[in-house]
Amino acid sequence: MALEVLAIVKHDCPVCDQLLPALDAAGARLVSQSSEEQTARQAERLSLSRVPEVDAGLAVSERFDPDAVPAVFLLEDGAERERVIGLARDRLVELVAQTGVTLEVDGLPAMRPGCASRTRDPEVAARLAARRARAAGRIAARELELGELEDPFEAMYERGLTDGLPVVPPTAERVVAMLDYTSRDPQELVGVVPPYGGRATVEKVAINAVMAGCAGPELPIVLAAVEGACREEFALHGLIATTAPAGPVVVVSGPYARRAGMNAAVNAFGQGNRANSTIGRALQLTVRNVGGGRPGREDRAAHGQPGKVGFAFAERLDETAPWPGLAQARLDLGDDETGVTLFAGEAPRLVLDQLVREPGALVASLAVGLEHVASQRQRLAWDAMLVVGPEHGRIFREAGWSRQRVQEELHRRTHRPAGELVRGAGGVAEGLAPEWFGDPQTPVPKFFAPDRILLGYAGGDAGLFSMVIGGWVSGAAGSSPQSASVEPWR
Amino acid sequence: MPLTILDPTAEGDPTGRPLAQRGGVLSSVALLDIRKPRGDVFLDELEALLRQRGIEVLREAKPTFTKPAPTDLRREIADRCDAVIEALAD
Repeated sequence: MALEVLAIVKHDCPVCDQLLPALDAAGARLVSQSSEEQTARQAERLSLSRVPEVDAGLAVSERFDPDAVPAVFLLEDGAERERVIGLARDRLVELVAQTGVTLEVDGLPAMRPGCASRTRDPEVAARLAARRARAAGRIAARELELGELEDPFEAMYERGLTDGLPVVPPTAERVVAMLDYTSRDPQELVGVVPPYGGRATVEKVAINAVMAGCAGPELPIVLAAVEGACREEFALHGLIATTAPAGPVVVVSGPYARRAGMNAAVNAFGQGNRANSTIGRALQLTVRNVGGGRPGREDRAAHGQPGKVGFAFAERLDETAPWPGLAQARLDLGDDETGVTLFAGEAPRLVLDQLVREPGALVASLAVGLEHVASQRQRLAWDAMLVVGPEHGRIFREAGWSRQRVQEELHRRTHRPAGELVRGAGGVAEGLAPEWFGDPQTPVPKFFAPDRILLGYAGGDAGLFSMVIGGWVSGAAGSSPQSASVEPWR
Repeated sequence: MPLTILDPTAEGDPTGRPLAQRGGVLSSVALLDIRKPRGDVFLDELEALLRQRGIEVLREAKPTFTKPAPTDLRREIADRCDAVIEALAD
């Protein structure tokens, strides 16, 4: 039964200064949280009989984890039996006495609280947490050293890891903090990312989420989006490689969107909201870095669209909403649950109607906007998302038109006679092959079915506007919208 | 200041695929249509030119241009032909 007194101290703590000479004289094991040089100077200043050991990597401090120093421990065969934090004179005397030694406390105050242990320094705590995560296998990614003379932002750009904008360097500390926002195992597979089949683990998504600028609460949304986007039915490989401009659009529906800080109202598609901007960006950085899809190489979009940096917004599911959220409708989620919907979409386009006041006229107006997705002459192969703004949505809500009814009306009103759509009609080369329709009066639908027009709801209070987001190749031959619950990723 | 970051990529080693042998006689060529408009027109022309040279032609098509060619199709082309010409783009 070997009893030992261990004292953890640091150089810049006046209370440690006061207590050290007595501990030194009592033969305690002295361990300092400060550097070699700082410890040596303190020992000299206090005329200690020996220089305290330096707690390399703060391993001893981490093990005992005191809030403050000086921290004195009674160890029995290396295991803690008792501790005194700070200068509590009489308790210290008692503790040391158990080893048969008298602590010389003349001139010492009865009570003086210590100074914060270095393990409580936020930077140090983060570093220790990262080290623990690596040791526990929560972090497995390879470490990349950026050189001493390199600017980390330029270095990451030069290594091809960015979308052209600067990214937040994904240090282990930041990634470990990001992983706190999911209960899932960091090594769990979220999806296999095309075109090269990279494995997106929770950790890899978290790394790219840090780079995108996510604060943390967005992570479960990003994870759900990556899972949905990597499903076969979404055809992400084709969507990356296509010459068409579309990219993944992430629609978030449910109360967690607000908790993550998302914007469903004024300027919902635009700049200024961190969560909106970073969620879409995290998905695209994952596609780039984990999947290997890069513009000019695998990504062959003729023009692309600005949303390919990232495009995510929240549905405005407040008392103004005419229908439940997209994910709620598609997944049968409860009102307290949140889901994402992935849609292969081009840039949004305005459909304006500032004179409309009743629902029949509104669908007639919106239908014209929808007809021209890609080209008026392109029929059946294209989906669309229509994001109804509040001033338009109110008209549907007050008239009691359900989502399904609006979809059916829009589908019905987006038919045109074949004769107007045939190749060559009106001097336009694009169009339907003439052999498909005998009678030029045959009405040809724009959309394959009413439910191929996805209806969302978002936007600011003022503005009689809705937005059409044209799709890409749809159905079994192309990309089908995918919805996923965010709840399992929290 | 030196900084250590975590690798955001899949960390895979790039797969080296050596080029197939060139030179030697082409006796059969597959023509692969990705099903874009008028891809068939282009391949019809190529087929005529190849046949003129006494080369056997196998016409194939992907089910959709939005997804990679199915494995079975690739295997069939590799088994039956010396080379493949794919009609890409729009």
